Amino acid sequence: MRIKLKVNEEVREADVSPDTPLLYVLRDDLGLFGPKFGCGLGQCGACMVHVDGRAVRSCITPVEAVAGSAIVTLEGLGGPENAHPLQQAFIDHQALQCGYCTNGMIMTAAAFLSENPDPSEGEIRGALSANLCRCGSHTRIIRAVKAASQKQNERGAK
Amino acid sequence: MSLAYKPSRREVVIGAGVLTIAFSLAGLLPPVVAQTGLPGSLGKTPALDAWLRIDAGGGVTVFTGKVELGQGIATALAQIAADELDVDMARIDMITGDTALTPDEGYTFGSLSIQQSGMAIRFAAAHARQILIARAARRLGATPDSLRVEDGLVFAGKESVSYWQLAEEGLFERDAGGGAAPKPADERRYAGRPIQRRDIPSRVFGQQSFLQDIRLPGMLHGRIVRPPGSGAVLAAIDEDRISAMPGVKNIVRDGSFLGVIARGEFQAIQAAEALAGVARWSNQARSSSSQELPELLTSLPARSSVIAEKDRGARLVAAKKISARYTRPFQAHASLAPSAAIAQFDGNQLTVWSHCQGVFPLRKALAQALRMDTENIRVIHAPAAGCYGQNGADDAALDAALLARAAGGRPVRLQWMRGDEFRWEPFGSAMVIDISGAVTGDGRLADWQCAVKGFTHSSRPGDGAGNLIAARHMANPITPPPARNIPRPTGGLDRNAVPPYQSDRLKVMKHFIAEGPLRTGALRSLGSYANVFAIESFMDELAALAGIDPVAFRLKHLGDTRGRAVIEEAASRADWGSPMTAGHGRGIGYSRYKNLGGYLAVVAQVAVDADSGEIRVMRAVAAADCGEIINPDGTRNQIEGGIVQSTSWTLMEEVSFDSGGATLSDWLSYPILTFDQVPLVDVHLMCQGPKRTTKKPLGAGELAQGPMAAAIGNALYDAVGVRLRDLPLTPEKVRAALQEKGEG
Ligand code: FES
Ligand code: FES
Repeated sequence: MRIKLKVNEEVREADVSPDTPLLYVLRDDLGLFGPKFGCGLGQCGACMVHVDGRAVRSCITPVEAVAGSAIVTLEGLGGPENAHPLQQAFIDHQALQCGYCTNGMIMTAAAFLSENPDPSEGEIRGALSANLCRCGSHTRIIRAVKAASQKQNERGAK
Repeated sequence: MSLAYKPSRREVVIGAGVLTIAFSLAGLLPPVVAQTGLPGSLGKTPALDAWLRIDAGGGVTVFTGKVELGQGIATALAQIAADELDVDMARIDMITGDTALTPDEGYTFGSLSIQQSGMAIRFAAAHARQILIARAARRLGATPDSLRVEDGLVFAGKESVSYWQLAEEGLFERDAGGGAAPKPADERRYAGRPIQRRDIPSRVFGQQSFLQDIRLPGMLHGRIVRPPGSGAVLAAIDEDRISAMPGVKNIVRDGSFLGVIARGEFQAIQAAEALAGVARWSNQARSSSSQELPELLTSLPARSSVIAEKDRGARLVAAKKISARYTRPFQAHASLAPSAAIAQFDGNQLTVWSHCQGVFPLRKALAQALRMDTENIRVIHAPAAGCYGQNGADDAALDAALLARAAGGRPVRLQWMRGDEFRWEPFGSAMVIDISGAVTGDGRLADWQCAVKGFTHSSRPGDGAGNLIAARHMANPITPPPARNIPRPTGGLDRNAVPPYQSDRLKVMKHFIAEGPLRTGALRSLGSYANVFAIESFMDELAALAGIDPVAFRLKHLGDTRGRAVIEEAASRADWGSPMTAGHGRGIGYSRYKNLGGYLAVVAQVAVDADSGEIRVMRAVAAADCGEIINPDGTRNQIEGGIVQSTSWTLMEEVSFDSGGATLSDWLSYPILTFDQVPLVDVHLMCQGPKRTTKKPLGAGELAQGPMAAAIGNALYDAVGVRLRDLPLTPEKVRAALQEKGEG
């Protein structure tokens, strides 16, 4: 079945069965690399994308449920020329080792910061507590999120 | 397509500006080093052109047999090459593990990559520079030591010639050996500095970065269906129902190996689920083990050997003796991504993309399993999620190859499901460590008797294809090679089992069990994790017995000045000895990895909730001496990660199993540390600055695993006065110990 999706501000079409999890459609049919398969069970956060501004686990979201919604992936958040403050902060703080969790960390944090622009360290930990990282990059990730929130706030204040 | 990093023209130093290179070679050439054995992997692969190539277009290609596992090795090796060649780092293109292109450097493991590949590249590049300079001198009619190099441009006064002009076919077709000495450390521009890793931007921007991101024309998707237990045998399948499912191309069966290939990924997943439902297996009954782990382990037969023994004769009269048993369960690598591989077979040539730790050993195993010639197989490394040792990578590579043979020449991308990884990865071995010791009246260590018992810590493919799961399941199976008992000096089960402390009498035994209930393999630091946990816990127990502060007690028995220095540094940075509030505690752990690598001491600060029994690790303060460090930020990142990972292993990780294997299925059955539980981590690196010149690299990746475990156990004791010796240190065990203490 052909399904229309709005991804990263473009209308895209995929020919898949409607119960296909969004993750596979984004990766395999639309050629995106940001969201990752980590568990397929909604437990790790590697597959995170934004659906209408909310962080959503694409591995357990059937594609038919988001037809008509605005989907944003890591690629859509920013790129080398227009890096999102979180992306820049992850580079500045070298906030990863293997980087397999990075998509989920940045996408979760981006949605979180838009709700809570000036979080405490404890709030950042809380917001990311359902995202797993096996390399132990947590402390750098916390620092990067904090730095990004400060940057965003400085920009906002100008 | 290529996953190779396309360098920008700028390499960024963390917290500093952009580097420029311009300096004189005067006085540098041509010091000759004595060629008694070539450094690092040059010994095995001496050909210069195996390591680097100057491209007429203005680039330098550097080849390494090591692979990127998230540790930043490709960046560190590029730093080394750029320094020795006097070129901008952005010119360096790194080619990592590829059986068609790179030297064979075995596996990427043991915190050895800088020592092996880094030193090979350093000496090869220094030699290459010497060759280029000699050519330039002739071309420019000048003496070599009057020349100056700026980013590959060789100057004699105002006249210049570039490497790219000098380079020609065959220039490096010779063995390293007449070689130039590498630069002294203070003339290096990149090595020793926190250069940003080159592979990070693609990951934060969601660009193609991982094996999982490789897309080949006509690529199909594969999934496998493993037996319901390790002894189960495939009896029959009703293929027709599955073949009729949408997208399904092939069902692949070879003995008890079962898989499916489909056009779409989700179609492959659905078909595999259905296939699991219709497959009938014999011999699939599973029963729970009748024994708990320590008893199971102690009851199994073992090969015993003495690994260290000392008796100074003149024995001190031992005043006080104690003994203790420390245990560790099976633990999982639990990589964030389940293993994956891509394979393509054109009827003659097999190409496999794998996130394995060694492309050459994997190729050998694939050849054996598939009854092919190694020349007809190419294995190319591509990065995936961190592995921390041998996860399912190699197994997945064989799975993918078996599927690809049935795919009519089309590439097949295989990805394990979460449960495949949790049930079938080669786990870290369970261990039992018994120690008894004695201290004299004046607090001297008089006796140390230790016995460590456990399973193999190495089931790598290079030992034989029978180490791969599918090779055991095929219709024409391959028997596993004998369990590897890694010899000293590094050891496996007994890694770091010999204490670094002086004792008048000492005996350390290893009891190696060849066969156990689970397939076990290399998990970061191997036996060192539990051995150091045991030794360092026991040191605290002895210190308490002697009535001496744990740090002072260690220093009293440690002769190695570098070891003493990291202990003192970590203790002072953690305010050792300053008072703490009730329920809070501090503990230290120390080791020199493998007794011959890097040094690390760490102080953990914990808060213990007496009601729930939960240990919360608040802070970890570490000092490490890794010898020469190529990239301090990368090193710090590795050690920070090791500390967090060890905290997770130590507080909560344990593989449940029964007679059919592991009974894990997902992250709920194998929880790991999450953000709300992660300590703040502070890592201090020793011997930075000018003094680093004289130190050899000692490795960093695995230093923290054992010391951190012991630091937590010791901090628990400091906080609430209970000693736990059975890993992991769960809230239930803390509660039970507190209760016992209250009653006692
Ligand atoms: S892959 Fe979606 S939560 Fe793990
Ligand atoms: S950086 Fe490897 S899982 Fe987070």
